[in-house]
Amino acid sequence: MSDTLFVSVEGQVGSFPVTAAFTAGGGVTALFGESGAGKTTLLKMIAGVTRPAKGRIAIRDHVLFDSARGIHLAPEQRRIGYVFQDARLFPHLSVRNNLTYARWAGRRSEGLSYDRVVALLGLEHLQQRAPALLSGGERQRVAIGRALLSNPALLLMDEPLSSLDHSRRQEILPFLETLRDETGLPILYVSHEIDEVARLADEIVLLQGGRVTASGPAEAIFSRLGSHDDAGALVTGVVTASDEAFGLTSLDIGGQPFQIARLGFAAGTKLRLRIRARDVSIARALPQAISVRNILPAKITAIAGNDGPDCDLTLDIGGQTIVARLTRKSASELALKQGEAVFALVKAASVDRGVLRG
Amino acid sequence: MPGETEWAIVLLSLRVALVAILVALPFAFVFAWILARFSFWGKSLLQALITMPLVIPPVVTGYLLLVWFGARGMLGGLFNDVFGLTFSFRWTGAALAAGVMAFPLLVRPMRLSIESLDRGLEEAARSLGAGRIVVFLTVTLPLLLPGILAGAVLGFAKALGEFGATITFVSNIPGETQTLSLAIYSLLQSPNGDVAALRLILVSVVISIVAVVASEWLQRRLSGGRT
Repeated sequence: MSDTLFVSVEGQVGSFPVTAAFTAGGGVTALFGESGAGKTTLLKMIAGVTRPAKGRIAIRDHVLFDSARGIHLAPEQRRIGYVFQDARLFPHLSVRNNLTYARWAGRRSEGLSYDRVVALLGLEHLQQRAPALLSGGERQRVAIGRALLSNPALLLMDEPLSSLDHSRRQEILPFLETLRDETGLPILYVSHEIDEVARLADEIVLLQGGRVTASGPAEAIFSRLGSHDDAGALVTGVVTASDEAFGLTSLDIGGQPFQIARLGFAAGTKLRLRIRARDVSIARALPQAISVRNILPAKITAIAGNDGPDCDLTLDIGGQTIVARLTRKSASELALKQGEAVFALVKAASVDRGVLRG
Repeated sequence: MPGETEWAIVLLSLRVALVAILVALPFAFVFAWILARFSFWGKSLLQALITMPLVIPPVVTGYLLLVWFGARGMLGGLFNDVFGLTFSFRWTGAALAAGVMAFPLLVRPMRLSIESLDRGLEEAARSLGAGRIVVFLTVTLPLLLPGILAGAVLGFAKALGEFGATITFVSNIPGETQTLSLAIYSLLQSPNGDVAALRLILVSVVISIVAVVASEWLQRRLSGGRT
């Protein structure tokens, strides 16, 4: 996918310096980092709220900021939709007038049609309501719709789900997936929730201490994210068959068969699976009479561990990467070494999935 | 029932107070905005200057108005020459005194509501394509209306009841500068004026209550059930 957004900025907010350079393509680019990593500052620079000391920001050939040429477009001239953590609906306007604000106040032309956005986000029954009478999830959906209706060239989403509880998140995530798959709009998605990133991101930009420490396709970067407990990897596969009787779906992952305990995918669908490191076991020899359904020949590409009780093995399975978390003692007893061939065991019941574009 | 002269007094008072507030309101809003949104050298001095009429004796304010805005005063002469507007011993002078005395009460609620406005809303509006002026008219101002109204009502009540500065500046001339408070004062000074004074007192109490109730109702409507 060709690059849409080009960012290379240096700047400071308060005493906190941000130096970041990255490009983003057409889908969802997750800007991932701990709180205080400079994610929101970076978004504000892109949106034009904060002015970087120097650098360049452009969407395709439309330059938004260029310190060398003295260009710094006002926020309203940038055509960037901004979805904030706290929705920021205008409290004195109805949902409908919030949604159409960019049309009547911002003089923005029709991009997506009003009816389509309302249908996409399930807002039909909310249009006459006042924002104060909406639930948190509804509010965030309206905020997303309002940004979409400003006919943006880029959508910035600043932890749009962080103020919601778990069930509300689950309510909104499918809308975001639909948005990604149906509009083709480039989205820069700030998050420190690894679940959201696993499910939504096509590309990941990793931000630490105000600097970009890694960026690239989600599958390549994902294993470097997250806290100890939810470390893992993303792999993509194609659905080959469904076993209705047992509720299993078979996939092809880099030439290897793989089963997950889910149903409802047509053959040929491209699926992304999230495999947690702690759900992967290692065997030296092909195990017999074992319940684990996925036994994959793998090659150890790296072993990371220190004096702690466990260590992480990076494995190559048919060109894709997964991570296995073992106790250091197991690794030692099996005498595992980099470059060796082993078997990776993954329970079919342990896998999370996120649907990718077909 | 109040007689004709009493109605004239009430109408004069309403006119003085309304004109005072309507003229002072835009200026008060500008100062409230400056105090709420900007930090600059001398800000606390400006703040103190605006609060002045609230803390110095009204008679002193009236005297200063007389010096500056009287017939021979510097500003008084200027207004007379440029706008053909005379203040001394005229109802316009009473309005000026009322406006000056009410000014700090206009500024304060407006400043508070500007300060408590979520600026993120303005940020959101701009990201949706609206320029500064459109954002002000479509987001900022509508959300500030309850605060502006609160200031206006408070100021109106103050203007209606103003006494010291008015009597010092424009004296107590029936039909021209004799507002409710001055009329009540005069009646209480004269023998047998008690009953007439009581009628005016009742009228002024009713006006105040109506103003407060109306503003409460308006604020509820303007905030659309948000509070």
